[in-house]
Amino acid sequence: MKYKSQKIALVYFAVAMGLFAIQVLGGLLAGWIYVSPNTLSELLPFNIVRMLHTNSLVVWLLLGFFGAAYFLIPEESEREIHSEKLAYLQLLILVVGTLGVVVTYVFNLFEGHWLLGKEGREFIEQPKWVKAGIVVAALIFLYNISMTVLKGKKTAITNILLLGLWGLALLFLFSFYNPHNLALDKMYWWYIVHLWVEGTWELVMASILAYLMLKLTGVDREVVEKWLYVIVAAALFSGILGTGHHYYFIGTPGYWQWIGSIFSSLEVVPFFAMMAFAFVMVWKGRRDHPNKAALLWSLGCGTLAFFGAGVWGFLHTLHGVNYYTHGTQITAAHGHLAFYGAYVCLNLAIISYALPVLRNRDPYNQVLNMASFWMMTSGMVFMTFVLTFAGTVQTHMQRVLGEYFMDVQDSVELFYYMRFGAGLVVVLGAILFIYSMAVPRKEIIEAGSAETPAE
Amino acid sequence: MSQADSTHPPGALPGELMMWVLIISELLVFGAGLLAFMGVRLTDPVGFAEAQSHLHRTGAALNTGVLVTSGYLAARAYLWRGVGARPKARLALAGAAALGVVFLIIKGAEYADKAAQGIAWDTHPFFTFYYLLTGFHAAHVVAGVVLLLLVAWKDAPRNIEAGAQFWHMVDLVWVLLFPVIYLLG
Repeated sequence: MKYKSQKIALVYFAVAMGLFAIQVLGGLLAGWIYVSPNTLSELLPFNIVRMLHTNSLVVWLLLGFFGAAYFLIPEESEREIHSEKLAYLQLLILVVGTLGVVVTYVFNLFEGHWLLGKEGREFIEQPKWVKAGIVVAALIFLYNISMTVLKGKKTAITNILLLGLWGLALLFLFSFYNPHNLALDKMYWWYIVHLWVEGTWELVMASILAYLMLKLTGVDREVVEKWLYVIVAAALFSGILGTGHHYYFIGTPGYWQWIGSIFSSLEVVPFFAMMAFAFVMVWKGRRDHPNKAALLWSLGCGTLAFFGAGVWGFLHTLHGVNYYTHGTQITAAHGHLAFYGAYVCLNLAIISYALPVLRNRDPYNQVLNMASFWMMTSGMVFMTFVLTFAGTVQTHMQRVLGEYFMDVQDSVELFYYMRFGAGLVVVLGAILFIYSMAVPRKEIIEAGSAETPAE
Repeated sequence: MSQADSTHPPGALPGELMMWVLIISELLVFGAGLLAFMGVRLTDPVGFAEAQSHLHRTGAALNTGVLVTSGYLAARAYLWRGVGARPKARLALAGAAALGVVFLIIKGAEYADKAAQGIAWDTHPFFTFYYLLTGFHAAHVVAGVVLLLLVAWKDAPRNIEAGAQFWHMVDLVWVLLFPVIYLLG
């Protein structure tokens, strides 16, 4: 660790890992409710479990991004973070907000209250006071990292990272605008949900991946930067108008069907480029970096993001297809592999890389870490296949033959059992990952295997 | 071309990499749009032919000439700049931009005429594609005019090259749109 303020990242990653555990356990519970629908139906209804599952995912991924920014910006800018105090204050606000959200959701407090009650728009259900807190925390964060970058060295990696983080914070402001017209509500809602994961988050992903490739493979910075610019251009070119693939049948004009279909089909391009980037860098790289686990997660990130976000996204992005598949288990299959591949793997990659550095150790517990990659990945890929089959059967029975929803659900029950099994493997993998990161035991896998030491 | 080529080391990509990325992306989008147009046309050839008869083929043919001439001027500008004829190059870029504006005026007249006939984007699937494709293209012409004026002002050879690259793409897209939308019977 070259700069002492990088230490901030450690706390962010720790909180992120805590929420990661809650998220996958919530997912496991939700998966069980699919199998046995009356489980906890009075105490903790499915809609609340699902809300906790998705919200904790988003929050821990964001905390991971913040941690990654605090970790890599000092190294890139070659100076300490502007204010450590502000960074911890930001985390405190976010933790209080998160606890407030959980308590409000679980006990359904202040229902309907304009300031304290939950707002009921998927993913942005947070009560208004929490939203305000998020904005304050985001402002603190942006101020803190922007000051650091402005005073220090500017690199393509920090520029793109800042662009992505500023963009995602500004887009969140749309969560305060809630039109009464349901079609308009959804239109603006996608400004956050879509333009986050298929726009600004991709910029964050590309820049963190570029940083990891730079460190792990030792390829020249100019080469990495050229790739980075091409990826970012492709992401913004396709992703912004790709928002149209959410405007097919929600009351927006019909021309969105073509704009959405064409531009969102191209969204596969940046994900393919990121996968190609990761592999080409590893092939070209001369450095034999000892942190094999971080490399595995990075390559896994590019590959699984390409399949989950790219291929599984394209599967149902054309409006003629989406007319039938909309909101079936096909969507769930895509959502799981896309988030896992693109953003979960990315966070786990930077955590795997950063934690040994932050704790001033050689890479540790690499075998456990890599085992956790294969457990989580095989569990998630199996879940994706299972849900894709379930979704195909569901689409045919429900949308083509027109059978009743609950009858169709009974027919795909077997898939839900298998999904629960796959989820269990993912949870075990996640616990193994957290353990391998939190409890260092063995310092190096095999002595002398690395020729170039880690930095 | 020989003077211009000498500015690039042998084997190197002529022009800006990012501009090529943009050009390929644009061609993919317009190509996909044209494919979709022809696909939907198969489902209703009679309706598409009827809708097409409302278009101004002469105006569009004229516009093709305007845009290709404009592209020629942009290419000349780059060559002239390469041999140090800066005022001449700037004049050619201004001329190219002016022809871009002429294109927009003719196109605007065509849109106004459609509106007067009560034709809108949802009158027929043909017109959905007509407005989407030519509308997106016209937006690129606007961007191109701004870009040409910008590189006439900041007239480094690299800049003029990038501007001309973009402008040729706008040209090329029109040359693809014109036969498929206006002429294909």
